[in-house]
Amino acid sequence: MTPQWNDLASELLQRFGDETRYAIPILQAIQTEQGYIPIPLLEAIASKAQHLQANQLYGVATFYSQFTFTPKGKHTIKVCMGTACFVKGAQQIVDAFKSALSIEIGETTPDKLFTLQTVACLGCCSLAPAVMIDGHVHGQVTQESVAALLKAKGFNL
Amino acid sequence: MITLAVGLGTCGIAAGAQEVYDELLRQPDPRYILRKTSCNGHCYNEPIVEVFQNEELIGAFYQVKASSVKSLLETLPSVWGQPSSRQGQEQRLVLENCGLIDPENMNDYISRGGYVALETVRSLLPMEVVSMIKASGLRGRGGAGFPTGLKWQFALNNPSQPKVVIANADEGDPGAFMDRAVLEGDPHRVIEGLLIAAHATGANSAYIYIRAEYPLAIKRLRHAIADVTAEGKLGTVLLEIKEGAGAFVCGEETALMASMEGERGMPRFKPPFPAESGLWGQPTTINNVETLAAIPWIIRHGAEAFSKWGTEKSRGTKVFSLAGKVKYPGLVEVEMGTSLRSMIEQLGGGTSSGLPIKAVQMGGPSGGCVPESLLDTALTYEDLQATGAIMGSGGVIVMDEATCMIDIAKYFLNFIQNESCGKCTFCRIGTKRMFEILSRIAEGKGELADIDELIDLSSQISKASLCQLGKTAANPVLTTLQYFKDEYLEHIVEKKCRAHVCRSLIRYHINSDVCTGCTLCAKRCPVSCIKGVTKGPHRIDASHCTKCGTCLSVCRFGAVTVSTGVHS
Ligand SMILES: Cc1cc2nc3c(=O)[nH]c(=O)nc-3n(C[C@H](O)[C@H](O)[C@H](O)COP(=O)(O)O)c2cc1C
Ligand code: SF4
Ligand code: SF4
Ligand code: SF4
Ligand code: FES
Repeated sequence: MTPQWNDLASELLQRFGDETRYAIPILQAIQTEQGYIPIPLLEAIASKAQHLQANQLYGVATFYSQFTFTPKGKHTIKVCMGTACFVKGAQQIVDAFKSALSIEIGETTPDKLFTLQTVACLGCCSLAPAVMIDGHVHGQVTQESVAALLKAKGFNL
Repeated sequence: MITLAVGLGTCGIAAGAQEVYDELLRQPDPRYILRKTSCNGHCYNEPIVEVFQNEELIGAFYQVKASSVKSLLETLPSVWGQPSSRQGQEQRLVLENCGLIDPENMNDYISRGGYVALETVRSLLPMEVVSMIKASGLRGRGGAGFPTGLKWQFALNNPSQPKVVIANADEGDPGAFMDRAVLEGDPHRVIEGLLIAAHATGANSAYIYIRAEYPLAIKRLRHAIADVTAEGKLGTVLLEIKEGAGAFVCGEETALMASMEGERGMPRFKPPFPAESGLWGQPTTINNVETLAAIPWIIRHGAEAFSKWGTEKSRGTKVFSLAGKVKYPGLVEVEMGTSLRSMIEQLGGGTSSGLPIKAVQMGGPSGGCVPESLLDTALTYEDLQATGAIMGSGGVIVMDEATCMIDIAKYFLNFIQNESCGKCTFCRIGTKRMFEILSRIAEGKGELADIDELIDLSSQISKASLCQLGKTAANPVLTTLQYFKDEYLEHIVEKKCRAHVCRSLIRYHINSDVCTGCTLCAKRCPVSCIKGVTKGPHRIDASHCTKCGTCLSVCRFGAVTVSTGVHS
């Protein structure tokens, strides 16, 4: 176990508290700050905590779609596959991202620039099909505008 | 005095409203005051700049671009667009402030009667508040339609202390966005409703459980909570936000509590009901955002003013989110009992494609598809249920003739089998089997026996599942089988998809008599399977075609055609 995870584990327990109910806020902080959930960090937390066990943290982390175990790319693309977007052709939009980036859903490009994900609704159904890139929602996306969206984030076609 | 209001909800911002607002800030003009509001429900026209004269709406600028701000200011005080005629046909109670006030300014809310209800309620006994809500006939807007007053009474009657109230802002139903709009546009209203629920049930802790996919709503709620805390409006109540971590099933109340307790969000057996033993074993009241948002209005105007709207069993108004292939997507709030047809045709403008409506999906993954022939159904809990669909949270997805019903059923079963928490075998595996069968049918590999298999699995899953996710999982399949069986048979027997959606069952051709040889399709085809010389007829190599449809959409001469079925 690297000392780096040890220190971070202590700091997280200090910040949130050593109780089952803080499992999700702790994992959310890790996901935001590290970009993924490093398993050695979960082990480090468990070894210091009274009430948080490694299996419980791991179980929670695997249940919720927000958590990932591999580092994400610099930009995260979330293509909405909610019902409204689906009937407005979201499948074509996902396909366009997949073929432009040459990756599958859930994967990250080798240059670590983009991670491609799908989500079940961004609440912008009136502008379907919708795509969220780094927390910003783009509406009425077309197969043609996909390239422009990627280019704006530094993608070379 | 003229006020220019820019709608800065997530939808408006996605359409470019922030840039418009920033541009207006850069060009200050003594003739007007600039106000930041949120989504007013007319999402199809965004970005919108509404013009108010002495707080009265006199007109609006629609689909504004930052580059057109200059000409907009030159036009003032006249405007490009009239206030939408839709406004007059709605009954806005829950949405009364959305799009009118600055959600980050508590005084805006207060100036429109905000927190009066909370003051009133705090001088009443909890039992009196419960009676008032009971008399209003308000039923929960989160899906199940349970009477809110009765729910509060159960919690109030439980002598155990401490107690909890929770606002369910998980809004997981894909295609529904009314809760987001209220949270972003009028966050204090939800907080006021929640504080009233706390007083009526005797709770000292209040939580708002909100999905992480709504960052703007979270930001505005935090802002609002800081303001009410500073103003001392919380009294003895502790109010906190809990962010979800991405699981549809966590909208179910017992899973939601498991998630707040730090566990995997798996539903629990009821009883005990949350009012008996909820969060950390404490008596708990969980209400949907829209339910809570109706509360302050009811207290201010009286139970009777609310119950005079709607029908005997479905009182008041309901917010619906119109999306899918509808011309004017957005939010509408109508009296319960309004017909589905008038909501979609008059307020929604019919289909965006101009094609006939085929069906309307209501109630999300637990709901069903209402066919065009039943569009005169009244929007009440009981009438919708009779069609096989449900009111649900109010998400309305319009589908035109270019939508394939097998594709839709398959979509929902895929969603459900992904989101099943895995606790019950039938929900976990049965929905997967149903998805596989539907995929087979969509690929032209279905058999007639598959239909019986689907019906059989549906009833088994519904009987052997613990929570409503599993119990209602088959609804999208059962309603499409009930109303669109001919489409299932076409897929199975004729290998035909009349909507031209199921890729395995369609073929693209180029009509050489019509093709001008402009080469556009060949340039755009992502797999380069279109061959031909300039000005000569082009041909598609069917063995490599992925059926992406690009050639059909780019050809300006109508030379690309689609065929389906064994007989074509
Ligand atoms: C799978 C599933 C998902 C649900 N999702 C939500 C949701 O996102 N928001 C919500 O308010 N209720 C949701 N519900 C309903 C809640 O369990 C609960 O009935 C509701 O929040 C109660 O509030 P109400 O009485 O005000 O409607 C869901 C139920 C199920 C079975
Ligand atoms: S019905 Fe499905 S979602 Fe509900 S508890 Fe069972 S497995 Fe989980
Ligand atoms: S785009 Fe149409 S007209 Fe042009 S080559 Fe293709 S099929 Fe022919
Ligand atoms: S449908 Fe797509 S893959 Fe097939 S020929 Fe047309 S453009 Fe090419
Ligand atoms: S369905 Fe895509 S934003 Fe709601």
